[in-house]
Amino acid sequence: MNIIRYIIQKEFRQIFRNKAMLPIIFMMPLIQLIILSNAATFEIKNIKFGYIDNDKTPYSRELVEKFNASTYFNVLSDYPSAKMAKSAMLNGDVDVILEIPQYFDRNLVREKKTDLSVTINAIDGAAAGVENVYVTQIIQQFNKNVQVDLMLYDTVNDRPQTIETIPLFWYNETLNYKTFMVPGILVLLVTMITLFLSGMNVVREKEIGTLEQINVTPIKKFQFIIGKLFPFLVLGLVLLTVGLIIAKLLFNVPIIGSIFLMYGYTVVYILVILGIGLFISNYTDTQQQAMFIAWFFMVIFILMSGLFTPIESMPQWAQLLTEFNPIKYFVQVMRMVMLKGAGFTDILPQLAKTLLYAVAMNGLAVMSYKKFT
Amino acid sequence: MSIIVKNISKSYGQVKALDDISLEVRPGELFGLIGPDGAGKTTLFRILTTLLLPNEGTASVNGFDIVKDYKSIRNNVGYMPGRFSLYQDLTVEENLRFFATIFGTTIKENYDLIRDIYVQIEPFKNRRAGRLSGGMKQKLALSCALIHKPKVLFLDEPTTGVDPVSRKEFWEMLKRLQKQNITIFVSTPYMDEAELCDKIALITDGKILQINTPEAIKASFPKKIYKVRSSETFKLIQDLGTYNKTHSAYPFGEYIHFTSTQSDFQPSELIDYLKANKHNQIEVLETNATIEDTFMELSK
Repeated sequence: MNIIRYIIQKEFRQIFRNKAMLPIIFMMPLIQLIILSNAATFEIKNIKFGYIDNDKTPYSRELVEKFNASTYFNVLSDYPSAKMAKSAMLNGDVDVILEIPQYFDRNLVREKKTDLSVTINAIDGAAAGVENVYVTQIIQQFNKNVQVDLMLYDTVNDRPQTIETIPLFWYNETLNYKTFMVPGILVLLVTMITLFLSGMNVVREKEIGTLEQINVTPIKKFQFIIGKLFPFLVLGLVLLTVGLIIAKLLFNVPIIGSIFLMYGYTVVYILVILGIGLFISNYTDTQQQAMFIAWFFMVIFILMSGLFTPIESMPQWAQLLTEFNPIKYFVQVMRMVMLKGAGFTDILPQLAKTLLYAVAMNGLAVMSYKKFT
Repeated sequence: MSIIVKNISKSYGQVKALDDISLEVRPGELFGLIGPDGAGKTTLFRILTTLLLPNEGTASVNGFDIVKDYKSIRNNVGYMPGRFSLYQDLTVEENLRFFATIFGTTIKENYDLIRDIYVQIEPFKNRRAGRLSGGMKQKLALSCALIHKPKVLFLDEPTTGVDPVSRKEFWEMLKRLQKQNITIFVSTPYMDEAELCDKIALITDGKILQINTPEAIKASFPKKIYKVRSSETFKLIQDLGTYNKTHSAYPFGEYIHFTSTQSDFQPSELIDYLKANKHNQIEVLETNATIEDTFMELSK
C-alpha cells in the first residue's frame, strides 16, 4: 500500500513539475470546449443565395421576398441569365440558385402548377442537404399561401387535403446545438487527455530508461500499474468537473440527471481508456509511436461515436464496429443523464458494456506488461 | 559462489550476442568484465539482473536461479544500468526515497552503507537529478542501487563518459564497498580499470577469452614487448606493419607496442631497420605487458 501511495505521489509530482505539460493538460481542453461548442453547429446560416427571375410578376417577386425574409439566406443578387448565375457559382460567389421560369405566374393561376429550378453547390454534401431542406421549407410555405390565394377563385370542393405536422423536440425543445454538443465535446476532451497521457506515460519511462531500473526492483506489476494509472483517473475527473462547471455557467446546458451517476460512470469509462493507453504503451518503444497509435484510435472513436454523424445512418458493419467504441457509450450516457435525467437502470446497458470493456482492456494491459523480455 | 554462469547463450535474431559463456564470482569479489563496445557485456548484465531470458544455459545469483527465483534476485541485487536512468524531474532526495520505498526500506535504515557516497551529493539534495553534473549523477545512481543493501551489485559501464578524476574516485568507492561484503560485478571498456579488479574476464564478440587475476593475465602474455617511438609516429606504424619480423604493432599512448615473430629477437635489429627507413629519435625499450596487450593478442 505504501509503495502504491509513493508511486502515485511521485507521478503527481512529475505531472506538476512539467511546466510545459500542465497548461496543455488543463488549458487546452477548456479552450477547445469553449471554441468547439460555439463553433460546431449543424445550423447553416448566411447561405449565399442568388436568383434568376425570368417572370418578373408579383408572385415571382413574392417568392424571392420569402427568401429574403429568411435568416438563413443572404439574398445576393438577381442574375439576368442562367449562364451568369452558373459562372458565379463556379467562382464560389453563390451557393444556391433559384430559377423562376417565364410564365410562372400565369401557369400557377391557370394550371395550378409550375416548375422551379433550384441549383445547390454540393461540394460540402452535408451543407447542401441542409440547404435543400431550407429551400423546400420556404417554397412549401409559399405554396400554401398561394393555395389560399387561389382558393378565392376556386370552388370549395377542389380544396386539397393537407396534413400539417408540428414537430416537438423533447429534451432539447429549441434544438439548441450547444445543449447537444457540449456534453459530447466534454466527453472527447476527457478521453483525449486521459488516453494520450496514459499512453505516453509508461513509454516515457521506457524511453528514458527508468523502466529498466524499476523492473529490477521487487515491485509488483499491479502496484506499478495502479500507481501509474490512478493519477490519470483523478486528472480525468478533475477535467470533467471543470468542464461541467463551464457547461453550466457558460453554455447554460441543463444538468437534469444525477451528478453521482455521471461521475460513477465516468470512473468506469476512464478505466477503459487507461487500459487502452497502457496497452498501447506496452507495445511501443517511443512516445512518438504511442502518440500515433493513440491518434489512430482516437480519430476512429470520435468519428464513429455518433457525435457528428448519427450511428443509425451508418452501414450495418460500421454500426457493429461502434459496439466496440467506448466514446459512443460515454456520449450516450452523458446526454441521457445530463439532458434527460436518466437514472441508473436507464444507463445499465451502457454501464454493463463499459464495465466489461474495462475489465477486458485492463486484463490485456496487465498481461502484456512484462517486467522482463 | 555469488554468481555462477553456466554455458549461457543469447541471440538477437541472427546476431549471437553471447556464445557459451561460463564464469564464477566469489562472494565479496570485485569482478570485472572487460571488453569493447558490442562485446555482449550489457546482454550478460540484463540476463543476470532478470531483465532478459537466455536462449541456453543456466545462471544463478546469490544462490537464486535467474529464471525460477527471479523475484528473490530482484530483492537482493542492485543494478546500475549504463545509461543514467533515474527520474530527471525528481530531486536527488526524492529519487533516493523513491527507490528506498519500492524496496520496502528507508534511507535512514541503510544510511551507513551509502554515507560515504551520499555526503558528497547531499548539499544538492533539493536539486533535480537532471541538473546534476555527470559525476554527481553517477554517485546518485550508485546510492540508489545501494539503498536496499544488496548482496550483489551490478554496474554496467559505470565510468563511461565520466572524467578521469571522478573515475578514480568511483573506483575508490567500489573498493570501500567491497569491504562491506558486497559482491561487485562491473563492466568497463577501459583496460586501466581492469587492473583494479580482483579478477577479470576478457570478453569480445560474445565469447570469453580469458578469466584470471589481472596479474596472471599480464604474466600470461607469451612474448616480449618493446615500446617503440620515433619522430614520425604515423610512418612508424606503417613501417612496422611492413617489417618482416613484426608479429604485432599497436599504438599505445605515445609509443607503439611491438612484438616480434622471432623468439631470439634483438632490439638492435629493429633500430637498424628503422634507421634504414629514415626515422629519427628512435627509441626501442623492453616493457611489461599490460592487460590491453593481452586483450589485443587474444582477440587477434
